[in-house]
Amino acid sequence: MQIRQKRLTRSAGGDFVIFFVLFLGAAFSALPLVFAISNAFKPLNELFLFPPQFFVRNPTFDNFRDLFVLMGESWVPISRYLFNTVFITVAGTGGHVLMASMAAYVLAKHRFPGRDVFFAMVVLSLMFAYQVTAIPNYLTMSALGWLDTYAAIIVPAWSSSLGLFLMKQFMEQINDSLIEAARIDGASEFHIFWRVVMPNVKPAWLTLIILSFQSLWNETGGRFIYSEELKTLPYALNQIIQGGVARAGVGAAVGVIMMIVPIAVFVLNQSKVVQTMGAAGINK
Amino acid sequence: MSMLARAPRPRPQFRLRLAAKLEEIKENRVSYVFLAPYGIFFILFTVLPVIIAIGLSFTHYNMLQRPTWVAWQNYLRLFLADDVFLIAVKNTFIFAIITGPLSYLLCLFFAWMINELHPKVRAFLTLLFYAPSISGNLYLMWTILFSPDSYGYVNGFLLYWGIIDSPIQFLTDPRWMMPLVIVVVLWMSLGTSFLVFIAGLQGIDQTLYEAGAVDGVKNRIQELYYITLPSMRPQLMFGAIMSITQSFAAAGQIIPLVGFPSTDYAAHTVVAHLLDYGNIRFEMGYASAIAVVLFITMIAAQRIVQRILSRLGD
Repeated sequence: MQIRQKRLTRSAGGDFVIFFVLFLGAAFSALPLVFAISNAFKPLNELFLFPPQFFVRNPTFDNFRDLFVLMGESWVPISRYLFNTVFITVAGTGGHVLMASMAAYVLAKHRFPGRDVFFAMVVLSLMFAYQVTAIPNYLTMSALGWLDTYAAIIVPAWSSSLGLFLMKQFMEQINDSLIEAARIDGASEFHIFWRVVMPNVKPAWLTLIILSFQSLWNETGGRFIYSEELKTLPYALNQIIQGGVARAGVGAAVGVIMMIVPIAVFVLNQSKVVQTMGAAGINK
Repeated sequence: MSMLARAPRPRPQFRLRLAAKLEEIKENRVSYVFLAPYGIFFILFTVLPVIIAIGLSFTHYNMLQRPTWVAWQNYLRLFLADDVFLIAVKNTFIFAIITGPLSYLLCLFFAWMINELHPKVRAFLTLLFYAPSISGNLYLMWTILFSPDSYGYVNGFLLYWGIIDSPIQFLTDPRWMMPLVIVVVLWMSLGTSFLVFIAGLQGIDQTLYEAGAVDGVKNRIQELYYITLPSMRPQLMFGAIMSITQSFAAAGQIIPLVGFPSTDYAAHTVVAHLLDYGNIRFEMGYASAIAVVLFITMIAAQRIVQRILSRLGD
């Protein structure tokens, strides 16, 4: 590699230590992922061997087949759970990207009273765990009559603060002259936002899509959703896993299925996400 | 400063300033239209809840009757009469003090180590380290690895190799619970901060390193301390915020691992205590007091860490 050869500050011993530590870290990181994949393909007798076998020897699709049988037996058809999860994910993510981008645009490029206070509140909200607001949010949902509706999950997702923060920091990099030029041409603010700013922050909205997708895809509905026909896919799959030790193989199959989607989405957009994160600094 | 000078005629000036402010707001009404959709929901679901929690923490409220004002009683009960809460506070501090800085350093060091690798290798390792944080509830695989009978893989191997002669109750024995939970949380902690650090390292001007080598920077540790870290201070600040928040919020992942309540409350945290009173006992006033304590603790931790980081490399 070119950079490495140019640097005067590199030693072979240091290289060795780094590769060794990286190898250990990567192995530790991959262990449960590989274990889940391996278990998902194990036939029943291999799951309960003594001494245990980490890797599968006779891979089979039995666990996935069992999973589909179990899903077929559920009281609400599994397609309904899947629809709920997809609907919540799409509506929540779409609304979040649009609203956060609109707000980020004016926070980054306009000056108006209250702007700095508002952004300071957004940064402050990154500093505490969501559990702090859990109880009042439950009461708010109850007062609005949104308990046991999609809105209880979707609407709060629209106002996620990490997404707004990343988008605003990224938009600040856009050259002001671009916006000024459009303004002189007589473009409306909405036109500038939609036609000038948004096409220039594609990495950032892809990142917002991914972050929002990851959290909503794993949403179980928790305290907000009671009706079986409004429950989500992760909820249904968790119910299947809780069938006990005999479901160990099916549980691993569920884990693999749920993990593949967010990981695939991330892989496809990895470089865009990293590019966006580069703007995510705080200067104090 | 100008209090005395202003004193004789405060009203007209105040009115003028107010009028000017209103004029400014009117001129910028387009900005507010853009901000409104996000802003309304942000205030409704993030700002207002903090204020409501503070208000409710001074009341007794069971969701059936109207809240009644009890002043400081919830807080007095928390700190003077609730032994389990004090255990939870102790565990939360141990947990946050270990996982917060460790996860932060892990994010930074792995990002730093993969920085100079070939872009394809770097992308692969980034995915490998980041994957645990986005793989949903796959962390529950750890419960199978550490299952307390001979079917648990770790116990199975230890028994087979003759290191132990009876299975260890990893997730129910108070001595093992906390270390294991910390390992699992660290495993899934290379999330947003990790990506931010990778991006920050990629953005550093390479000529700084060449200049540094000429100026007598001898090895990569010196390079890290004198050039790399000061150049990515904004990312380090942001990463710290995310790591601290995560180390407090991680209690959500502890509960499925060790059960609720954990044996002897050995892995009981403030968040678990909050869920106990909020979701199970419906003592909303008391639970709100717990939430307010958690909120103040987290903000204080953030402020302290930011102060430390702002001195970095000075």
